[in-house]
Amino acid sequence: MTNYDDSPVRGGAAQGPQAEQAATASDPNIASDLAPVDAALTADGATGRGEGVGQAKETEGLSQGQIVRARFLRHRGALFGLITLSAITLMSVLTMGLGPIRGLWKYQDHTRSGDMVNGGEPSLRLPFAGGGFAIGDHPFGQDSIGSDYFALVMSGVQTSLFVMLVLGLTAMIIGVTIGSISGYYRGKIDMVLMRFTDLIITLPVLILGAVLGRLLDVIPIKLDATAAQREALKANMPLLLAVVLGMILWTGLARLTRSEFLSLREREFVDSARVAGASDWRIITKHMLPNAMGVIIVNVTLLMSVAVTLEAALSFLNFGIKPPNVSLGLLIADNQGAFATRPWLFWWPGLFIILIALSVNFIGDGLRDAFDPRTRKIPSDRAMKKAARELAAANPAAAIQEAK
Amino acid sequence: MSTTTPAPKRAAAPAPKVALDSFQRLSRSTGAEVKQGDVILEVRDLTVNFWVNDSWFTAAEGLDYDLKAGEVLAIVGESGSGKTQSSMSLIGLLPKNGRTTGSAKLKGTELVGMPQSELREIRGNEISVIFQEPMTALNPVYTVGFQIVETLRTHFLMNPSDAKVRAIELMRLVEIPDPEDSFNKFPHQLSGGQRQRIMIAQALACDPKLLIADEPTTALDVTVQAEILKLMRELRTRVNAGIILITHSMGVVADMADRIIVMKDGRVVEHGTAADVFYRPQHPYTKALLAAVPHLGETRIEDGRSDALVVKDREFLALEPADDPSVVPALLLENVDITYPKQGRRPAFRAAEGINLRLNPGEVMGLVGESGSGKTTIGRAAVALLPVSAGKITVCGIDITGANNQELKPFRRTVGMVFQDPGSSLNPRLPIGESIGEPILLHEGLKGEALSKRVEDLLDSVELPRSYRNRYPHELSGGQKQRIGVARALALNPKLLVADEPTSALDVSVQARVLKLFSNLQEQYGFACLFISHDLAVVEMVSSKIAVMTHGKLVEVGATSDIVTYPQHPYTQRLLSAVPVPDPDNQRRRRELRDAIIEREHIVS
Repeated sequence: MTNYDDSPVRGGAAQGPQAEQAATASDPNIASDLAPVDAALTADGATGRGEGVGQAKETEGLSQGQIVRARFLRHRGALFGLITLSAITLMSVLTMGLGPIRGLWKYQDHTRSGDMVNGGEPSLRLPFAGGGFAIGDHPFGQDSIGSDYFALVMSGVQTSLFVMLVLGLTAMIIGVTIGSISGYYRGKIDMVLMRFTDLIITLPVLILGAVLGRLLDVIPIKLDATAAQREALKANMPLLLAVVLGMILWTGLARLTRSEFLSLREREFVDSARVAGASDWRIITKHMLPNAMGVIIVNVTLLMSVAVTLEAALSFLNFGIKPPNVSLGLLIADNQGAFATRPWLFWWPGLFIILIALSVNFIGDGLRDAFDPRTRKIPSDRAMKKAARELAAANPAAAIQEAK
Repeated sequence: MSTTTPAPKRAAAPAPKVALDSFQRLSRSTGAEVKQGDVILEVRDLTVNFWVNDSWFTAAEGLDYDLKAGEVLAIVGESGSGKTQSSMSLIGLLPKNGRTTGSAKLKGTELVGMPQSELREIRGNEISVIFQEPMTALNPVYTVGFQIVETLRTHFLMNPSDAKVRAIELMRLVEIPDPEDSFNKFPHQLSGGQRQRIMIAQALACDPKLLIADEPTTALDVTVQAEILKLMRELRTRVNAGIILITHSMGVVADMADRIIVMKDGRVVEHGTAADVFYRPQHPYTKALLAAVPHLGETRIEDGRSDALVVKDREFLALEPADDPSVVPALLLENVDITYPKQGRRPAFRAAEGINLRLNPGEVMGLVGESGSGKTTIGRAAVALLPVSAGKITVCGIDITGANNQELKPFRRTVGMVFQDPGSSLNPRLPIGESIGEPILLHEGLKGEALSKRVEDLLDSVELPRSYRNRYPHELSGGQKQRIGVARALALNPKLLVADEPTSALDVSVQARVLKLFSNLQEQYGFACLFISHDLAVVEMVSSKIAVMTHGKLVEVGATSDIVTYPQHPYTQRLLSAVPVPDPDNQRRRRELRDAIIEREHIVS
């Protein structure tokens, strides 16, 4: 007599393996007391049926992390985004190196000018354009002073990705901290933090970025900074820009985290942790944050895709990244005059901006679907018909039914 | 626009001032006129499949039944038995991955495989549905009147003023007080019972031939449930509709049903008249199901004298002195008031006032009341989740009134709490073992091997396999989750356990087992328990004393047998008489008794 499985369940939760139940004997007294109930209820395995059973079957025996991963990998757009983004990152790191490590491409110094070859036209040849496949000396061409454009674009990709990551991280730390504190404590603290958030929301990002970018030029001169200090400041421009933008863009995340915490707070497991004597810190970090992580991750990725285009826009307006650093937006800005005559100077950075922003967006989409238990895969008509045929083949009676 | 033939006059329509027949029908009417006793629905070999993981999964199969007008067919089963899905498939309301085969004929018109556009004309018109949750089934941004009018004007060519007259008439039919005024109210302005009445009015708007009631009273309090059931019983004689009643409550079935279908795992295991199923059940599952239902008044004693204390308004309830005055009560509430503070424009709300309660060590006290009576509030205050605004709460000699988190730490060791909803009381991101072990980790600092050992012992005591330690809550069934909740509450071997409706979210057979387990554990561990429930039958099974609450006040406290057999306070009497018992004849007697009580009260007041 097994006494464990409580028979069909609300929402049709998964059933534990029968072998396990049989292996562990239960208290004989209780078993005998409820023998008739048990006998009937466990008669044929008592699998949950009906509403919600689909999800239960799909998620049987998996941890939540595994379920999310499986759902994410099933999302084609997200998979495409992940592969594209990895390919772009890999390409830029392999060719241009990372920090002090040198890459494999022959032109490592993207600022170095060179001789114009073939009017600076791209030497990349693709089979479908005729002339077979060739990389050539300057696959993406050369800019107006003869620098290798492939090296420039790849460095620009690195800067953009770096800005994206740092910005996402900064915004996440500030937004989650403020959101969780105000959602958990509510009352006055919530009031103060949320009004502060409202204040930050009113700041126009583009103008603020522009002003800060300008200040970074002006202030060192006013403070009589040494040339070396000014150089260091310039070299770290992408980092500064990312941190500053992150400090403006955390607001949406804070609001989302707060609303998530407000609803999680009402869940009974939070009360039960409190009854168990857990401290506020433990409840926030151990019980509530992991449950809010889905929302947070999704919105951080979406924020990151905004960051890529925002960085490009600021650089285009000459307020963001400054030479000798190079970014995709800066490349477009520098070469905007050449659009009519040498369009590749415009297309290559543009193409990478689109690819990166799109990939990150798709990844965010995939994550949202993976974390949201309500989204479910709806089978295509073809797959359903095929299954119906298989069912009919296995069961002739059903086939007759089908024929009718 | 479909062709419209004026529907023939109906004989037993509830004498409407606005006859529906005088309006052009916008929707086709299927079949001919319906008289009491006609077969309106013929279901043959109805099977519902769901597409799951690249294969078809059978949710319900081989349903065969006929339904006559004026008849109530109850489909009974536990959650997941396919009772809802098989009925929803009649009107094509299955999820996208669902599929129906077989045949279901409404007055000769085949419903299975009917195109959506035609089904739309049938829904709400020929077949209507009363849903379980009246709050979520009504749209909160429209007035209730508008929602009835909307149904009417979808199927009839009516001008708004005529539709309004008809809607008010329907609201009068379902006994909404002051229908002209209620017409313009929003759902949140009505009580749960009134909202359910509106749902019924909406369902009846177009004189349907078939009414599907999907757990119509599950979300309601027992006294409200009794009123809704009374209304539905009256309606079945006044409208020419067949009713399919989907429910898991045997008491409701006993009260309403003419015929019963018992479903289990998608199959019909028993089909017969109410008397057959209740008095001569054939299938072992039906027998088990009936045995699992807690019967009120089973432990009746025939001694005729009552010690129950009726608590007069604001009067100090004699704190029943312990036999031995040196005994420290496990829980002592003295003149406790609990107030929810003012929020925005919502004024402060006093959820409990003047509560005096004493719970001795090792005693189980049931706290009974309807939703909003303040019973949960008291439970939460007893574990210091809510502050008290006046009075004093003492748990095992520790005064917890106004203590801060740090001071409460030693107190936390002495109490445990079992929550109502097993789905939400376990952290979905933590393995079961960690959830159970958390109190031990926090209070005794045990880690690693020692902690696993304790967790495994606890799993043993609630009769779950030790390997469940590494599982996540979503892998467990509701009953298993509730056992985990009990194990966690017992982790520190508390002196006081507060159980807040621990079984109300569970199926009846699962409930029976959890209650049994609970009683055994209580004997074994000897903790005192405040058992909060709205279900008197459940409370009767586990507790030795019962306290009855209404509107934030205790009205009666006494030994279980006294309260159940000889209730003193009129509220307790009304509460008791409202509980449906799973026995058709007995239930009819109780129903008459209840009507008598209500009538007497009305005369008095």
